[in-house]
Amino acid sequence: MSLRIAVAQCSPALGAVKRNLDMHRTWIARAREAGAQLVVFPELSLTGYYLKDLAADVACAADDAQLAPLAEASRDLDVSAGFVERSADAKLHIAQGYWSKGRLVHVHRKVYLPTYGIFDDGRYFGPGDRFEPFTSAAGTVGVAICEDLWHVSTPYLYAAAGATIVLAPSASPGRGVAEGGDLGTAESCRLMDRFYAQYLTLYVAFVNRVGHEDGIAFWGGSEIVAPDGTVVARAKEFEEELLVGEIDTELVGRERARNPLLRDEREDLVLRNIAGRLGLPLERRD
Amino acid sequence: MTSTLARTGVIKPDPKDPSPLRIDEVLVRKMLVLFIRDETTKAGLKRAVVGVSGGVDSAVTVALAGEALGPENVLGLFTPYRHSSAESRAHAKALATKLGFTLEEVPITKQIEAYFADNGGDTAHRVRVGNKMARERKSIEYDRSWPDGLVIGTSNKTELLLGYGTQFGDMACAINPIGDLYKTQLRELATHLGIPGEIVRKPPTAELWVGQTDEDELGFTYADADLILYHMVDRRLRPSELIAAGFDAALVARIREMVRKSHYKRVMPLIAKVSLRTIGHDFLYPRDWEAD
Repeated sequence: MSLRIAVAQCSPALGAVKRNLDMHRTWIARAREAGAQLVVFPELSLTGYYLKDLAADVACAADDAQLAPLAEASRDLDVSAGFVERSADAKLHIAQGYWSKGRLVHVHRKVYLPTYGIFDDGRYFGPGDRFEPFTSAAGTVGVAICEDLWHVSTPYLYAAAGATIVLAPSASPGRGVAEGGDLGTAESCRLMDRFYAQYLTLYVAFVNRVGHEDGIAFWGGSEIVAPDGTVVARAKEFEEELLVGEIDTELVGRERARNPLLRDEREDLVLRNIAGRLGLPLERRD
Repeated sequence: MTSTLARTGVIKPDPKDPSPLRIDEVLVRKMLVLFIRDETTKAGLKRAVVGVSGGVDSAVTVALAGEALGPENVLGLFTPYRHSSAESRAHAKALATKLGFTLEEVPITKQIEAYFADNGGDTAHRVRVGNKMARERKSIEYDRSWPDGLVIGTSNKTELLLGYGTQFGDMACAINPIGDLYKTQLRELATHLGIPGEIVRKPPTAELWVGQTDEDELGFTYADADLILYHMVDRRLRPSELIAAGFDAALVARIREMVRKSHYKRVMPLIAKVSLRTIGHDFLYPRDWEAD
Protein backbone atom coordinates (compact mmCIF):
# COMPACT_ATOMS: atom_id res chain seq x y z
CA MET A 1 0.00 0.00 0.00
CA SER A 2 1.16 3.50 -0.74
CA LEU A 3 0.68 6.44 1.61
CA ARG A 4 1.25 10.04 0.81
CA ILE A 5 3.00 12.18 3.46
CA ALA A 6 3.36 15.95 3.31
CA VAL A 7 6.09 17.88 5.07
CA ALA A 8 5.31 21.54 5.76
CA GLN A 9 8.71 23.22 5.48
CA CYS A 10 7.39 26.56 6.71
CA SER A 11 8.62 29.64 8.60
CA PRO A 12 6.58 30.19 11.79
CA ALA A 13 6.36 33.68 13.32
CA LEU A 14 8.08 33.88 16.70
CA GLY A 15 5.57 34.14 19.54
CA ALA A 16 2.56 34.77 17.25
CA VAL A 17 0.34 31.74 17.85
CA LYS A 18 -2.80 33.04 16.13
CA ARG A 19 -0.92 33.92 12.98
CA ASN A 20 0.76 30.54 13.05
CA LEU A 21 -2.57 28.76 13.45
CA ASP A 22 -3.78 30.50 10.28
CA MET A 23 -0.54 29.51 8.58
CA HIS A 24 -1.14 25.87 9.65
CA ARG A 25 -4.65 25.91 8.20
CA THR A 26 -3.27 27.12 4.88
CA TRP A 27 -0.58 24.44 4.71
CA ILE A 28 -3.00 21.73 5.81
CA ALA A 29 -5.32 22.75 2.97
CA ARG A 30 -2.41 22.54 0.54
CA ALA A 31 -1.49 19.09 1.86
CA ARG A 32 -5.10 17.98 1.47
CA GLU A 33 -5.12 19.22 -2.12
CA ALA A 34 -1.93 17.28 -2.75
CA GLY A 35 -3.72 14.13 -1.61
CA ALA A 36 -1.67 13.60 1.55
CA GLN A 37 -2.97 11.41 4.39
CA LEU A 38 -0.60 13.04 6.90
CA VAL A 39 1.00 16.48 7.13
CA VAL A 40 3.93 17.05 9.50
CA PHE A 41 5.02 20.47 10.76
CA PRO A 42 8.43 21.32 12.25
CA GLU A 43 9.38 21.66 15.93
CA LEU A 44 7.38 24.36 17.75
CA SER A 45 5.60 25.20 14.52
CA LEU A 46 2.78 26.99 16.34
CA THR A 47 5.06 29.25 18.38
CA GLY A 48 8.49 29.61 16.79
CA TYR A 49 11.66 28.17 18.31
CA TYR A 50 13.95 30.69 20.08
CA LEU A 51 11.20 31.78 22.45
CA LYS A 52 13.26 32.44 25.58
CA ASP A 53 10.86 33.96 28.17
CA LEU A 54 8.09 33.96 25.56
CA ALA A 55 7.84 30.20 26.17
CA ALA A 56 5.71 30.76 29.26
CA ASP A 57 3.55 33.33 27.44
CA VAL A 58 2.61 31.01 24.57
CA ALA A 59 2.30 27.74 26.53
CA CYS A 60 -0.99 25.89 26.79
CA ALA A 61 -2.34 22.54 27.91
CA ALA A 62 -2.53 19.85 25.26
CA ASP A 63 -6.34 19.97 25.46
CA ASP A 64 -6.52 23.79 25.33
CA ALA A 65 -9.26 25.25 23.14
CA GLN A 66 -6.53 27.23 21.37
CA LEU A 67 -5.46 24.00 19.62
CA ALA A 68 -9.01 23.05 18.60
CA PRO A 69 -8.55 24.27 15.01
CA LEU A 70 -5.89 21.59 14.52
CA ALA A 71 -8.21 18.89 15.79
CA GLU A 72 -10.90 20.23 13.49
CA ALA A 73 -8.54 20.24 10.50
CA SER A 74 -7.52 16.63 11.18
CA ARG A 75 -10.92 15.13 10.33
CA ASP A 76 -9.80 13.99 6.88
CA LEU A 77 -6.02 13.93 7.17
CA ASP A 78 -3.67 13.49 10.12
CA VAL A 79 -1.76 16.49 11.44
CA SER A 80 1.48 16.54 13.46
CA ALA A 81 2.42 20.00 14.80
CA GLY A 82 4.60 21.54 17.50
CA PHE A 83 3.58 23.65 20.48
CA VAL A 84 4.68 24.59 24.00
CA GLU A 85 2.81 22.33 26.38
CA ARG A 86 2.09 23.40 29.94
CA SER A 87 1.68 20.19 31.91
CA ALA A 88 -0.87 19.72 34.69
CA ASP A 89 1.91 20.42 37.20
CA ALA A 90 2.90 23.62 35.35
CA LYS A 91 6.07 22.43 33.63
CA LEU A 92 6.81 23.68 30.14
CA HIS A 93 7.64 21.15 27.45
CA ILE A 94 8.57 21.31 23.79
CA ALA A 95 5.76 19.12 22.46
CA GLN A 96 4.65 17.61 19.18
CA GLY A 97 0.95 16.74 19.00
CA TYR A 98 -0.61 14.25 16.61
CA TRP A 99 -4.22 14.89 15.64
CA SER A 100 -6.30 12.35 13.75
CA LYS A 101 -10.02 12.11 12.89
CA GLY A 102 -10.81 15.24 14.82
CA ARG A 103 -8.94 14.53 18.04
CA LEU A 104 -5.53 14.61 19.68
CA VAL A 105 -4.19 11.06 19.80
CA HIS A 106 -0.60 11.48 20.96
CA VAL A 107 1.82 14.02 22.42
CA HIS A 108 5.58 13.57 22.46
CA ARG A 109 7.58 15.78 24.80
CA LYS A 110 11.14 16.47 23.66
CA VAL A 111 13.44 14.39 25.84
CA TYR A 112 16.85 15.79 24.92
CA LEU A 113 16.98 19.55 25.45
CA PRO A 114 20.17 20.95 23.92
CA THR A 115 21.69 23.53 26.25
CA TYR A 116 25.04 24.35 24.67
CA GLY A 117 26.36 26.33 21.73
CA ILE A 118 23.49 28.32 20.23
CA PHE A 119 20.87 26.26 22.09
CA ASP A 120 19.32 27.04 25.46
CA ASP A 121 16.35 24.63 25.69
CA GLY A 122 17.20 23.44 29.18
CA ARG A 123 16.86 26.92 30.64
CA TYR A 124 13.23 27.24 29.57
CA PHE A 125 11.82 23.71 29.28
CA GLY A 126 11.53 20.49 31.22
CA PRO A 127 12.49 17.21 29.53
CA GLY A 128 10.07 14.53 28.39
CA ASP A 129 10.57 11.11 29.94
CA ARG A 130 9.51 8.55 27.34
CA PHE A 131 9.71 7.33 23.78
CA GLU A 132 6.33 5.87 23.02
CA PRO A 133 5.36 4.77 19.52
CA PHE A 134 1.72 4.96 18.48
CA THR A 135 -0.38 3.78 15.56
CA SER A 136 -1.44 6.17 12.83
CA ALA A 137 -2.30 6.49 9.18
CA ALA A 138 1.41 6.27 8.40
CA GLY A 139 2.02 3.08 10.37
CA THR A 140 3.59 2.75 13.81
CA VAL A 141 5.09 6.15 14.48
CA GLY A 142 7.86 7.35 16.78
CA VAL A 143 8.37 11.10 17.19
CA ALA A 144 11.90 12.44 17.75
CA ILE A 145 12.01 16.20 18.14
CA CYS A 146 15.25 17.64 16.71
CA GLU A 147 17.94 16.85 19.33
CA ASP A 148 16.09 13.62 20.21
CA LEU A 149 17.18 12.27 16.84
CA TRP A 150 20.84 13.09 17.45
CA HIS A 151 20.84 10.55 20.27
CA VAL A 152 21.32 7.12 18.72
CA SER A 153 19.22 5.47 21.42
CA THR A 154 16.06 7.35 20.38
CA PRO A 155 15.43 5.80 16.95
CA TYR A 156 16.81 2.52 18.31
CA LEU A 157 14.19 2.41 21.08
CA TYR A 158 11.46 3.31 18.62
CA ALA A 159 12.54 0.61 16.18
CA ALA A 160 12.77 -1.94 18.99
CA ALA A 161 9.24 -1.01 20.07
CA GLY A 162 7.87 -1.60 16.58
CA ALA A 163 8.01 1.78 14.85
CA THR A 164 8.03 1.68 11.07
CA ILE A 165 8.46 5.42 10.67
CA VAL A 166 10.27 8.06 12.72
CA LEU A 167 8.97 11.60 12.38
CA ALA A 168 11.67 14.12 13.24
CA PRO A 169 10.16 17.60 13.51
CA SER A 170 13.13 19.95 13.84
CA ALA A 171 14.28 23.55 14.11
CA SER A 172 17.78 23.00 12.84
CA PRO A 173 20.00 26.08 12.47
CA GLY A 174 22.29 26.05 9.45
CA ARG A 175 25.95 26.59 10.28
CA GLY A 176 29.31 25.68 8.85
CA VAL A 177 30.16 27.29 5.52
CA ALA A 178 33.66 25.96 4.89
CA GLU A 179 34.64 25.39 1.30
CA GLY A 180 34.43 21.90 -0.11
CA GLY A 181 31.26 20.31 1.09
CA ASP A 182 27.69 20.83 2.05
CA LEU A 183 26.38 23.14 4.75
CA GLY A 184 27.87 21.61 7.91
CA THR A 185 24.54 20.93 9.62
CA ALA A 186 23.02 19.49 6.43
CA GLU A 187 25.80 16.93 6.15
CA SER A 188 25.22 15.73 9.69
CA CYS A 189 21.45 15.52 9.31
CA ARG A 190 21.55 13.64 6.02
CA LEU A 191 24.04 11.19 7.44
CA MET A 192 21.74 10.54 10.43
CA ASP A 193 18.56 10.21 8.38
CA ARG A 194 20.05 7.71 5.99
CA PHE A 195 21.91 5.74 8.62
CA TYR A 196 18.89 5.34 10.88
CA ALA A 197 16.56 4.53 7.99
CA GLN A 198 18.80 1.89 6.50
CA TYR A 199 20.12 0.22 9.65
CA LEU A 200 16.89 0.28 11.63
CA THR A 201 14.98 -0.52 8.42
CA LEU A 202 12.28 2.10 8.82
CA TYR A 203 11.21 5.38 7.25
CA VAL A 204 12.69 8.62 8.55
CA ALA A 205 10.91 11.92 7.87
CA PHE A 206 13.16 14.84 8.75
CA VAL A 207 10.92 17.91 8.96
CA ASN A 208 12.90 21.12 9.22
CA ARG A 209 11.80 24.75 9.10
CA VAL A 210 13.18 27.80 7.32
CA GLY A 211 13.33 31.53 8.11
CA HIS A 212 15.36 33.47 10.69
CA GLU A 213 15.07 34.10 14.40
CA ASP A 214 17.46 36.67 15.87
CA GLY A 215 19.86 36.16 12.97
CA ILE A 216 19.85 32.37 13.22
CA ALA A 217 18.98 30.75 9.87
CA PHE A 218 16.97 27.53 9.76
CA TRP A 219 18.15 25.67 6.70
CA GLY A 220 15.20 23.52 5.59
CA GLY A 221 16.33 20.55 3.50
CA SER A 222 13.54 18.34 4.87
CA GLU A 223 13.60 14.79 3.54
CA ILE A 224 11.90 11.44 3.63
CA VAL A 225 14.29 8.49 3.57
CA ALA A 226 13.16 4.92 2.94
CA PRO A 227 14.31 1.79 4.82
CA ASP A 228 16.54 0.86 1.91
CA GLY A 229 18.38 4.16 2.29
CA THR A 230 16.92 5.88 -0.75
CA VAL A 231 15.80 9.47 -0.47
CA VAL A 232 12.11 9.46 -1.38
CA ALA A 233 11.84 13.24 -1.46
CA ARG A 234 13.99 16.17 -0.39
CA ALA A 235 13.02 19.84 -0.05
CA LYS A 236 15.04 22.87 -1.06
CA GLU A 237 17.37 24.57 1.38
CA PHE A 238 16.35 27.87 3.07
CA GLU A 239 13.04 28.15 1.18
CA GLU A 240 9.48 27.30 2.12
CA GLU A 241 8.17 24.17 0.45
CA LEU A 242 5.39 21.63 0.82
CA LEU A 243 7.31 18.41 0.31
CA VAL A 244 5.22 15.41 -0.67
CA GLY A 245 6.51 11.85 -0.64
CA GLU A 246 5.07 8.38 -1.07
CA ILE A 247 5.59 5.75 1.57
CA ASP A 248 5.37 2.10 0.54
CA THR A 249 4.08 0.37 3.66
CA GLU A 250 5.27 -3.00 2.33
CA LEU A 251 8.85 -1.85 1.92
CA VAL A 252 9.61 -2.08 5.65
CA GLY A 253 8.62 -5.75 5.60
CA ARG A 254 10.58 -6.48 2.44
CA GLU A 255 13.70 -4.78 3.75
CA ARG A 256 13.42 -6.58 7.09
CA ALA A 257 13.08 -9.91 5.29
CA ARG A 258 16.19 -9.17 3.27
CA ASN A 259 18.10 -7.62 6.10
CA PRO A 260 16.69 -8.92 9.44
CA LEU A 261 18.82 -6.77 11.71
CA LEU A 262 15.94 -5.97 14.03
CA ARG A 263 14.78 -9.59 14.23
CA ASP A 264 18.27 -10.57 15.37
CA GLU A 265 18.73 -7.63 17.70
CA ARG A 266 19.59 -8.74 21.26
CA GLU A 267 17.60 -6.33 23.38
CA ASP A 268 18.14 -8.55 26.41
CA LEU A 269 21.91 -8.09 26.05
CA VAL A 270 21.49 -4.33 25.73
CA LEU A 271 19.30 -4.28 28.80
CA ARG A 272 21.61 -6.49 30.91
CA ASN A 273 24.62 -4.50 29.87
CA ILE A 274 23.10 -1.16 30.82
CA ALA A 275 21.41 -2.45 33.97
CA GLY A 276 24.68 -3.98 35.10
CA ARG A 277 26.65 -0.85 34.45
CA LEU A 278 24.13 1.33 36.28
CA GLY A 279 23.82 -1.19 39.14
CA LEU A 280 20.10 -1.66 38.53
CA PRO A 281 18.46 -4.89 39.66
CA LEU A 282 17.26 -7.00 36.79
CA GLU A 283 14.77 -9.69 37.47
CA ARG A 284 14.89 -12.63 35.15
CA ARG A 285 11.59 -13.99 34.02
CA ASP A 286 12.06 -17.54 32.84
CA MET B 1 32.39 13.00 -1.61
CA THR B 2 36.16 13.31 -1.62
CA SER B 3 35.97 17.00 -0.82
CA THR B 4 33.54 16.31 2.02
CA LEU B 5 35.91 13.82 3.54
CA ALA B 6 38.80 16.22 3.17
CA ARG B 7 36.92 18.93 4.98
CA THR B 8 35.61 16.83 7.84
CA GLY B 9 39.03 15.43 8.63
CA VAL B 10 41.12 16.75 11.49
CA ILE B 11 42.01 20.39 10.85
CA LYS B 12 45.61 20.89 11.79
CA PRO B 13 46.62 24.40 12.83
CA ASP B 14 49.51 25.48 10.65
CA PRO B 15 50.72 29.10 10.34
CA LYS B 16 51.55 28.40 6.68
CA ASP B 17 48.15 26.95 5.78
CA PRO B 18 45.36 29.52 5.37
CA SER B 19 43.02 27.00 3.69
CA PRO B 20 40.81 26.45 6.77
CA LEU B 21 39.56 30.03 6.26
CA ARG B 22 38.17 29.27 2.82
CA ILE B 23 34.40 29.51 2.51
CA ASP B 24 31.70 28.28 0.18
CA GLU B 25 30.93 31.72 -1.33
CA VAL B 26 27.76 30.62 -3.12
CA LEU B 27 26.25 29.32 0.10
CA VAL B 28 27.39 32.29 2.20
CA ARG B 29 26.01 34.75 -0.34
CA LYS B 30 22.64 33.01 -0.29
CA MET B 31 22.51 32.91 3.52
CA LEU B 32 23.44 36.56 3.95
CA VAL B 33 21.00 37.82 1.32
CA LEU B 34 18.18 35.87 2.97
CA PHE B 35 19.29 37.17 6.38
CA ILE B 36 19.08 40.81 5.29
CA ARG B 37 15.76 40.34 3.51
CA ASP B 38 14.13 38.39 6.31
CA GLU B 39 15.34 40.50 9.22
CA THR B 40 14.50 43.78 7.44
CA THR B 41 11.00 42.84 6.40
CA LYS B 42 10.29 41.23 9.78
CA ALA B 43 11.07 44.60 11.38
CA GLY B 44 8.39 46.05 9.11
CA LEU B 45 10.96 47.99 7.07
CA LYS B 46 12.07 47.90 3.45
CA ARG B 47 15.16 50.05 2.97
CA ALA B 48 18.79 49.66 3.94
CA VAL B 49 21.27 52.41 4.81
CA VAL B 50 24.94 51.53 4.49
CA GLY B 51 27.97 53.70 5.15
CA VAL B 52 30.05 53.23 1.99
CA SER B 53 33.70 54.10 2.55
CA GLY B 54 35.16 52.73 -0.66
CA GLY B 55 36.62 49.79 1.27
CA VAL B 56 35.93 46.10 0.87
CA ASP B 57 33.73 45.55 3.96
CA SER B 58 31.14 48.16 3.04
CA ALA B 59 31.37 47.12 -0.63
CA VAL B 60 30.36 43.55 0.27
CA THR B 61 27.63 44.80 2.62
CA VAL B 62 26.09 47.18 0.11
CA ALA B 63 26.19 44.51 -2.62
CA LEU B 64 24.40 41.99 -0.39
CA ALA B 65 21.84 44.60 0.69
CA GLY B 66 21.12 45.41 -2.95
CA GLU B 67 20.57 41.74 -3.77
CA ALA B 68 18.32 41.33 -0.76
CA LEU B 69 16.13 44.41 -1.07
CA GLY B 70 16.74 45.66 -4.61
CA PRO B 71 19.35 48.39 -5.23
CA GLU B 72 16.54 50.97 -5.42
CA ASN B 73 15.95 50.35 -1.71
CA VAL B 74 19.57 50.83 -0.71
CA LEU B 75 21.04 54.19 0.28
CA GLY B 76 24.82 54.36 0.40
CA LEU B 77 26.33 57.25 2.34
CA PHE B 78 29.83 58.46 1.60
CA THR B 79 30.76 60.77 4.49
CA PRO B 80 34.18 62.29 3.82
CA TYR B 81 36.30 64.31 6.23
CA ARG B 82 38.67 66.86 4.76
CA HIS B 83 41.58 64.40 4.53
CA SER B 84 39.52 61.57 2.99
CA SER B 85 41.20 60.43 -0.20
CA ALA B 86 40.00 61.00 -3.75
CA GLU B 87 40.56 57.29 -4.31
CA SER B 88 37.97 56.39 -1.63
CA ARG B 89 35.41 58.67 -3.28
CA ALA B 90 36.16 57.18 -6.71
CA HIS B 91 35.77 53.63 -5.36
CA ALA B 92 32.46 54.46 -3.63
CA LYS B 93 31.15 56.02 -6.85
CA ALA B 94 32.32 53.12 -8.99
CA LEU B 95 30.45 50.73 -6.70
CA ALA B 96 27.24 52.76 -6.90
CA THR B 97 27.44 52.78 -10.69
CA LYS B 98 28.15 49.07 -10.86
CA LEU B 99 25.54 47.96 -8.30
CA GLY B 100 22.86 50.58 -9.00
CA PHE B 101 22.21 51.87 -5.47
CA THR B 102 21.84 55.58 -4.66
CA LEU B 103 25.04 57.11 -3.27
CA GLU B 104 24.89 60.41 -1.40
CA GLU B 105 27.87 62.39 -0.21
CA VAL B 106 27.47 63.96 3.22
CA PRO B 107 30.69 65.69 4.32
CA ILE B 108 31.37 65.73 8.09
CA THR B 109 34.26 68.23 8.19
CA LYS B 110 32.19 71.25 9.27
CA GLN B 111 30.59 69.72 12.34
CA ILE B 112 33.73 67.88 13.49
CA GLU B 113 35.81 71.05 13.25
CA ALA B 114 33.12 73.17 14.90
CA TYR B 115 33.01 70.75 17.83
CA PHE B 116 36.76 70.53 18.34
CA ALA B 117 37.16 74.33 17.96
CA ASP B 118 35.45 74.57 21.36
CA ASN B 119 36.59 71.25 22.81
CA GLY B 120 40.32 70.80 22.64
CA GLY B 121 41.12 72.42 19.34
CA ASP B 122 44.31 71.25 17.65
CA THR B 123 45.50 69.55 20.85
CA ALA B 124 42.76 66.90 20.70
CA HIS B 125 44.33 63.46 20.37
CA ARG B 126 43.81 61.93 16.92
CA VAL B 127 42.03 58.95 18.49
CA ARG B 128 39.47 61.36 19.99
CA VAL B 129 38.94 63.01 16.63
CA GLY B 130 38.77 59.61 14.90
CA ASN B 131 36.17 58.30 17.36
CA LYS B 132 34.14 61.48 16.98
CA MET B 133 34.19 61.06 13.21
CA ALA B 134 33.06 57.44 13.42
CA ARG B 135 30.17 58.40 15.72
CA GLU B 136 29.20 61.36 13.55
CA ARG B 137 29.02 59.10 10.51
CA LYS B 138 26.84 56.60 12.34
CA SER B 139 24.60 59.38 13.61
CA ILE B 140 24.03 60.44 9.99
CA GLU B 141 23.29 56.86 8.91
CA TYR B 142 20.68 56.53 11.66
CA ASP B 143 19.17 59.88 10.71
CA ARG B 144 18.89 58.83 7.09
CA SER B 145 17.36 55.47 7.98
CA TRP B 146 14.18 57.15 9.19
CA PRO B 147 11.32 56.33 8.63
CA ASP B 148 11.46 52.95 6.86
CA GLY B 149 15.11 51.91 6.73
CA LEU B 150 17.55 49.85 8.74
CA VAL B 151 21.23 50.68 9.33
CA ILE B 152 23.25 47.72 8.09
CA GLY B 153 26.55 47.11 9.89
CA THR B 154 29.89 46.72 8.15
CA SER B 155 32.13 45.41 10.96
CA ASN B 156 33.79 42.10 10.15
CA LYS B 157 34.59 39.32 12.62
CA THR B 158 38.28 40.25 12.80
CA GLU B 159 37.53 43.86 13.83
CA LEU B 160 34.81 42.79 16.24
CA LEU B 161 37.06 40.24 17.97
CA LEU B 162 40.06 42.57 18.15
CA GLY B 163 37.88 45.48 19.25
CA TYR B 164 39.34 47.42 16.34
CA GLY B 165 36.47 49.85 15.93
CA THR B 166 34.66 52.67 17.70
CA GLN B 167 31.94 51.66 20.13
CA PHE B 168 28.64 53.28 19.10
CA GLY B 169 30.51 54.47 16.00
CA ASP B 170 31.34 52.16 13.11
CA MET B 171 30.45 49.18 15.33
CA ALA B 172 26.85 50.37 15.72
CA CYS B 173 24.07 48.98 13.52
CA ALA B 174 20.65 47.36 13.50
CA ILE B 175 21.80 44.17 11.80
CA ASN B 176 25.19 43.00 10.63
CA PRO B 177 25.44 40.50 7.76
CA ILE B 178 29.25 40.24 7.76
CA GLY B 179 30.10 40.07 11.48
CA ASP B 180 30.70 36.31 11.39
CA LEU B 181 33.24 36.48 8.56
CA TYR B 182 36.94 37.25 8.91
CA LYS B 183 38.58 39.89 6.72
CA THR B 184 40.26 37.20 4.63
CA GLN B 185 36.90 35.50 4.06
CA LEU B 186 35.30 38.83 3.13
CA ARG B 187 37.91 39.39 0.46
CA GLU B 188 37.06 35.96 -0.96
CA LEU B 189 33.34 36.78 -0.87
CA ALA B 190 33.99 40.23 -2.42
CA THR B 191 35.72 38.67 -5.40
CA HIS B 192 32.82 36.23 -5.83
CA LEU B 193 30.38 39.18 -5.73
CA GLY B 194 32.31 40.92 -8.50
CA ILE B 195 33.63 43.78 -6.37
CA PRO B 196 36.41 45.49 -8.40
CA GLY B 197 39.86 44.08 -7.70
CA GLU B 198 41.39 47.42 -6.71
CA ILE B 199 38.87 47.68 -3.84
CA VAL B 200 39.51 44.10 -2.73
CA ARG B 201 43.30 44.40 -2.89
CA LYS B 202 43.98 47.90 -1.49
CA PRO B 203 45.36 48.19 2.07
CA PRO B 204 42.45 48.47 4.54
CA THR B 205 42.17 51.83 6.29
CA ALA B 206 39.65 53.66 8.47
CA GLU B 207 41.11 56.96 7.15
CA LEU B 208 40.70 58.51 10.58
CA TRP B 209 44.00 60.31 10.09
CA VAL B 210 46.31 60.86 7.16
CA GLY B 211 48.35 57.80 6.23
CA GLN B 212 46.55 55.46 8.65
CA THR B 213 46.32 51.84 7.57
CA ASP B 214 44.86 49.03 9.67
CA GLU B 215 47.82 46.70 9.38
CA ASP B 216 50.38 49.43 10.24
CA GLU B 217 48.39 50.45 13.28
CA LEU B 218 47.73 46.89 14.44
CA GLY B 219 51.32 45.81 13.82
CA PHE B 220 50.30 42.54 12.16
CA THR B 221 48.54 41.44 8.99
CA TYR B 222 44.92 40.38 8.67
CA ALA B 223 46.13 37.13 7.11
CA ASP B 224 48.09 36.25 10.27
CA ALA B 225 45.44 37.51 12.70
CA ASP B 226 42.58 35.75 10.92
CA LEU B 227 44.26 32.37 11.01
CA ILE B 228 45.03 32.68 14.72
CA LEU B 229 41.51 33.90 15.50
CA TYR B 230 39.97 31.14 13.40
CA HIS B 231 41.78 28.38 15.28
CA MET B 232 41.32 30.08 18.67
CA VAL B 233 37.67 31.11 18.34
CA ASP B 234 36.01 28.90 15.72
CA ARG B 235 37.98 25.74 16.50
CA ARG B 236 38.45 26.41 20.25
CA LEU B 237 42.20 25.74 20.31
CA ARG B 238 44.12 26.97 23.34
CA PRO B 239 46.95 29.48 22.82
CA SER B 240 49.45 26.86 24.00
CA GLU B 241 48.28 24.49 21.26
CA LEU B 242 48.72 27.21 18.63
CA ILE B 243 52.22 28.00 19.85
CA ALA B 244 53.10 24.30 19.82
CA ALA B 245 51.88 24.19 16.19
CA GLY B 246 54.37 26.89 15.23
CA PHE B 247 52.38 30.13 15.55
CA ASP B 248 54.31 33.14 16.84
CA ALA B 249 53.97 33.12 20.63
CA ALA B 250 54.06 36.90 21.07
CA LEU B 251 51.46 37.42 18.37
CA VAL B 252 49.15 34.76 19.80
CA ALA B 253 49.41 36.35 23.26
CA ARG B 254 48.84 39.84 21.89
CA ILE B 255 45.76 38.84 19.90
CA ARG B 256 44.32 36.86 22.82
CA GLU B 257 44.77 39.93 25.04
CA MET B 258 43.16 42.26 22.47
CA VAL B 259 40.13 39.98 22.39
CA ARG B 260 39.90 39.96 26.19
CA LYS B 261 40.38 43.71 26.66
CA SER B 262 37.81 44.66 24.03
CA HIS B 263 35.07 42.31 25.14
CA TYR B 264 33.08 45.17 26.67
CA LYS B 265 32.55 46.53 23.16
CA ARG B 266 30.79 43.36 22.03
CA VAL B 267 28.16 43.16 24.76
CA MET B 268 25.31 45.33 25.98
CA PRO B 269 26.15 47.82 28.76
CA LEU B 270 26.16 46.34 32.26
CA ILE B 271 23.06 47.02 34.32
CA ALA B 272 23.28 46.89 38.12
CA LYS B 273 20.97 44.07 39.18
CA VAL B 274 18.75 45.18 42.05
CA SER B 275 15.19 44.20 41.12
CA LEU B 276 13.50 40.81 40.91
CA ARG B 277 13.98 40.69 37.16
CA THR B 278 16.64 42.52 35.19
CA ILE B 279 16.63 43.40 31.49
CA GLY B 280 19.16 41.33 29.62
CA HIS B 281 19.77 38.95 32.52
CA ASP B 282 16.54 37.19 33.37
CA PHE B 283 14.14 39.30 31.33
CA LEU B 284 15.03 37.53 28.11
CA TYR B 285 12.87 37.95 25.07
CA PRO B 286 14.00 37.37 21.50
CA ARG B 287 14.52 40.49 19.45
CA ASP B 288 12.43 38.96 16.65
CA TRP B 289 9.44 38.93 19.00
CA GLU B 290 6.51 39.12 16.59
CA ALA B 291 3.03 40.55 16.95
CA ASP B 292 0.16 38.09 16.87
